[in-house]
Amino acid sequence: MARAVSTQHKTIATAAAWIVALLIFFPILYTIITSFKSEQEAIQGFNLFPSGTTESYTAVEAQSGYFKFFLNSVFLSVGSTILALLVAIPAAWSMAFSPGKWTKDILMWMLSTKMMPAVAVLFPIYLIFRDTGLLDSRIGLMIMLMLINLPIVVWMLYTYFREIPGEILEAARMDGASLWNEIVYVLTPMAVPGIASTMLLNIILAWNEAFWTIRLTTTEAAPLTAFISSFSSPQGLFWAKLSAASTLAIAPILIMGWFSQKQLVRGLTFGAVK
Amino acid sequence: MATQQTRSLARFMMAPSVVLLFVWMIVPLAFTLWFSFQQYNPLNPIRDGFVGFSNYALFYSNPAFLQSILNTLILVASVLLITVIGGILLALLIDQPMWGQGIVRILVISPFFVMPPVAALVWKNMIMHPQYGVFADIARFFGGQPIDWFGQYPMLAIIIIVAWQWLPFATLILLTSLQSLDGEQKEAAEMDGAGFISRFIYLTLPHMSRAITVVILIQTIFLLSVYAEILVTTNGGPGYASTNLPFLVYQKALLEFKIGQASAGGIIAVILANIVAFFAMRAVGKNLDK
Repeated sequence: MARAVSTQHKTIATAAAWIVALLIFFPILYTIITSFKSEQEAIQGFNLFPSGTTESYTAVEAQSGYFKFFLNSVFLSVGSTILALLVAIPAAWSMAFSPGKWTKDILMWMLSTKMMPAVAVLFPIYLIFRDTGLLDSRIGLMIMLMLINLPIVVWMLYTYFREIPGEILEAARMDGASLWNEIVYVLTPMAVPGIASTMLLNIILAWNEAFWTIRLTTTEAAPLTAFISSFSSPQGLFWAKLSAASTLAIAPILIMGWFSQKQLVRGLTFGAVK
Repeated sequence: MATQQTRSLARFMMAPSVVLLFVWMIVPLAFTLWFSFQQYNPLNPIRDGFVGFSNYALFYSNPAFLQSILNTLILVASVLLITVIGGILLALLIDQPMWGQGIVRILVISPFFVMPPVAALVWKNMIMHPQYGVFADIARFFGGQPIDWFGQYPMLAIIIIVAWQWLPFATLILLTSLQSLDGEQKEAAEMDGAGFISRFIYLTLPHMSRAITVVILIQTIFLLSVYAEILVTTNGGPGYASTNLPFLVYQKALLEFKIGQASAGGIIAVILANIVAFFAMRAVGKNLDK
């Protein structure tokens, strides 16, 4: 029996929740609004209604070559995620379907590597990268991001794979399915949603990673995190341009994020909260 | 019924992940440990070699060290306090029946997807700027004096920014947990005449305890290594007022090239993280068995 909710209660809850939600969202909203102002408008006090000019967007591309950084971000986040999946899928698969005595310990140990503070290895990594010519290279950074997210990828895949019932595989084998048919017709369709979710969350995490991407790059391999950080010591008027660059940097991942709320919960709590 | 063959296949499939992570964890860490006992400056080729614990002593006697440890702990504790309490309240609010719940959720979760440099720069310039920021506009509207956030209250400013980034995470996890609470249990408690407060204390809070633990642990891991937010706002200043441990290690290593001291600081950071990790592992490990 559903609880009868009074309209009054619902109205108050709606109003309160919307006010709080809009306050939390406000910095993002105001950034988007400011990106459509001219530099003059941007510093003339609080104003929610921009003139709608797109000059900041063209200026950001013309003055700083925004698009190159964007492409680097796409390449690094997608590339590192695919790399991590290639390494992690077999591992998660074998741990989920033929767990051994050590499976749980290995999983815990993998998670513990995630807790090592990045600064502790900053200089050795910097040296290794410098001496192997990987500094400011896309490949080097891609490997770095892959290693950082590998524990989360293995864990997430493991929690998904574990939910695939092993009996189905046995049934398929009994019916005489070849290994190939088993993989193509039985396993893949069941594994794809989990793999896709893992991919989505890890692209987001890699896109927003803001320690190694800033410290290991200068110009060639620099993604948007490094590009935006270069705005920290401004020259002259730059509010509107900063807003335009920020809007472009967060828009794609923000939209992806909206679709990944469930995966986010699962991935970042290691399956403890669903 | 795993045969010998499937078992060795399983090992073979696991090998790449395990080897990669092992190398990635052990090799640089061994380097850092080694450097922490060495006198080494990459700009100055004269090397004095092994110096015992003097790097640790130097790092420790640096007045910035205690300040940075203190700042690290203040940052972690304040952000945890704000996000956990705020997250519980927000989750309770959003869980109420309302119009447009989906949109409210999307608005609330959004800050989590904003990359740290953007979040920090937007707050620094558009919101907290003493002349052009929204806070300054509000202060002037009420006839007050705008606050120079990053000059006068640098830690508070950074805490606000980082809390804004992590409040959505806490809210989302706690809301998910809240929504898995059995409706019938809630109804039964209501029929027994339990008020909102006692329902919250005896039913909702215990149900959410695991989610709260997870939120605290995951956030602590990330909060211990806050970096970009400090880099683009205060750069650790004024003085060392907003320098945390990661930022101090970065300054020592890549700006002052005091590798020995930086490495000693890095090892201290590892120890700090390990203390947290110890508790984290136990909590997550328990959940694995269920």
